Amino acid sequence: MHEAELELIGVAKRYGDTVAVRGVDLKIPAGAYCCLLGPSGCGKTTTLRMIAGHEVASAGDVVLGGRNVTGLPPAERGTAMMFQSYALFPHMSVVDNVAFALRVRGLKKRQRREEAMQRLELVEMTKYAIRRPAELSGGQQQRVALARALVTNPKVLLLDEPLSALDPALRLRMRAELKRLQHELGITFIHVTHSQDEALALSDLVVLMKDGHIEQSGTAREVFDTPKTAFVARFIGAHNVLTEAGRELSLRADKLDLVAPGAGRRTATVTSVEYQGHYVLVRLSGEDDLSAMVDETAMRAFPVHEGDTVGLAWDDGDVVPLGKPEADEGLKAA
Amino acid sequence: MTTTEQATGTPPIAEGRAHTALVTPQSDAAALHGVKRRVSLLDRPYALAGPLILVMAIFFVGPLILTIIVSFWEYTQYSIEPAMVVTNYVDVFDRCIARLPTLCVTFATYLSTLKFCFIVWAITLILGFTLAWFIVFEVKKTSTQIALFLLCTIPFWTSNVIRMMAWIPLLGRNGLVNQTLMSMGLISEPQEWLLYSDFAVILAFIHLYTMFMMVPIVNSMMRIDREILEAARDAGASIWTIAMSVVAPLCRPGIVIGSIFVITIVMGDYITVGVMGGQQIASVGKTIQVQMQYLQFPIAAANAVVLLGAVLMIIFAMTKLVDVRREL
Repeated sequence: MHEAELELIGVAKRYGDTVAVRGVDLKIPAGAYCCLLGPSGCGKTTTLRMIAGHEVASAGDVVLGGRNVTGLPPAERGTAMMFQSYALFPHMSVVDNVAFALRVRGLKKRQRREEAMQRLELVEMTKYAIRRPAELSGGQQQRVALARALVTNPKVLLLDEPLSALDPALRLRMRAELKRLQHELGITFIHVTHSQDEALALSDLVVLMKDGHIEQSGTAREVFDTPKTAFVARFIGAHNVLTEAGRELSLRADKLDLVAPGAGRRTATVTSVEYQGHYVLVRLSGEDDLSAMVDETAMRAFPVHEGDTVGLAWDDGDVVPLGKPEADEGLKAA
Repeated sequence: MTTTEQATGTPPIAEGRAHTALVTPQSDAAALHGVKRRVSLLDRPYALAGPLILVMAIFFVGPLILTIIVSFWEYTQYSIEPAMVVTNYVDVFDRCIARLPTLCVTFATYLSTLKFCFIVWAITLILGFTLAWFIVFEVKKTSTQIALFLLCTIPFWTSNVIRMMAWIPLLGRNGLVNQTLMSMGLISEPQEWLLYSDFAVILAFIHLYTMFMMVPIVNSMMRIDREILEAARDAGASIWTIAMSVVAPLCRPGIVIGSIFVITIVMGDYITVGVMGGQQIASVGKTIQVQMQYLQFPIAAANAVVLLGAVLMIIFAMTKLVDVRREL
């Protein structure tokens, strides 16, 4: 049952003096959709590449289904990678691209074509089988890249920023499709992204990274509702970081109420009011720079304008105390 | 004074980018419709190509046509007469077909030249491809790549002939190589085949022309996305498979261009074959050179035209046949 469980134990990567990844400990259950989330340069892509075997870990172990794969070449790990640029072979037709891994494994032409066509069917690309990659749109190329990665029946599919090259509408569609595919195949997906929307929408497990370590990992709801550090609260978006009595707290922007000055716990000045459709984003400056997502009814009841002084109110139950990143807790435990 | 006025009346090109660019007489009509348009050299692409067309016409097309014309002239030991005869071509292939399978002089010369051509092409291709691979894929830093690339061009600071001559003290009977091998006890007497031999000619060709193969291949290889190689590795391909079924097909333009360079140079060469072969080895270029020395221009021209035809045929066949893409 735990066949494809992936475990990273103290995995690190150094390039000379620079440390890209500093000791990542992570367990990804079989069949999970896991997103490695973080700003650029946080080590998420390097981590993915170490799982894939395109980068050799400087320290630590990568264990896949109970087997230590740290020193194995990419094709012997049971993983497959989908590259950010899709990396399709420009001189081969779509079906030959998908069949490449089977050709390398010495399968007969008929058999590998059959298998390749099956994978193309999975991504609805059969009618483009004889085209060259250059004759396809970005979205179509991505589907081909996906089919190609799946042709060897990997236990873990690694996706490096798979949606970043697509336009917003297509991105949403492909996002849903990735989730459907993962559900259908029941294999582990590890998806690198810098978009918190993508991570929240897709993940069973969100792993938020910063400066080469894990800041917080958990379900999307856990990470969103109870951010562990100020960085997580800010990165995941729609959160405020308050300082109260020298301690940092996080408060969701939609749980911050605007009231008459003097009626709230603090006062602040409105610096901007942005209409966003189903809510209004009000930016405030006071002790901390805050923002409030005010819904339409509340806005109608208590309209605010730029330059107004307002009171701020919130429930004690909605604030989350912030602390140290997960990586540090691990160090303490060890 | 008038000239200065005229000069100031013409806007410099850089100024032309501004919206207030001066209106030239040609665009008066356009100006009437409220559109100001400045006619620049860039609107006449043929004007830009003009100088090159002129140079090519004078120094390439003209002489080529002259050569073809002269190849039909008549000559004797003391005269050259304008005419329209095919005797020169008949002389080039004098009884060549009739005496087969014995090779006539022309066929034997072509065979020898083609042999050099093929060996040199194959070795420079392998060397050029692997060197290009090293510089493009194995060297990670761009500054190191450029440094290595420049290092490769240093030999071009001296002339071909001098670089050839440099081999003579190395390979000669009492040369460095022979002396070293003898002092190491590997051979008991000087090796004669090192210099003034096929080996020496091929060595010099490779030394001189590997760069011509490598540079176009580097150029093609630079365009290959590294992720494509990783994708191939991810699929389980060995380095050999990656080289043959991914990199080589994608380098095809570079390989063809490099091959054209090497083949045309080797086919027409007479200096390398002369110097390194000790003036003992025949080549088509050498035949033409000798005929020129005896002022037999018409037969030399006919030989040149035949050589040109042969080279063009090789190149044509190569662009058609060397399709390294293998059917899957």
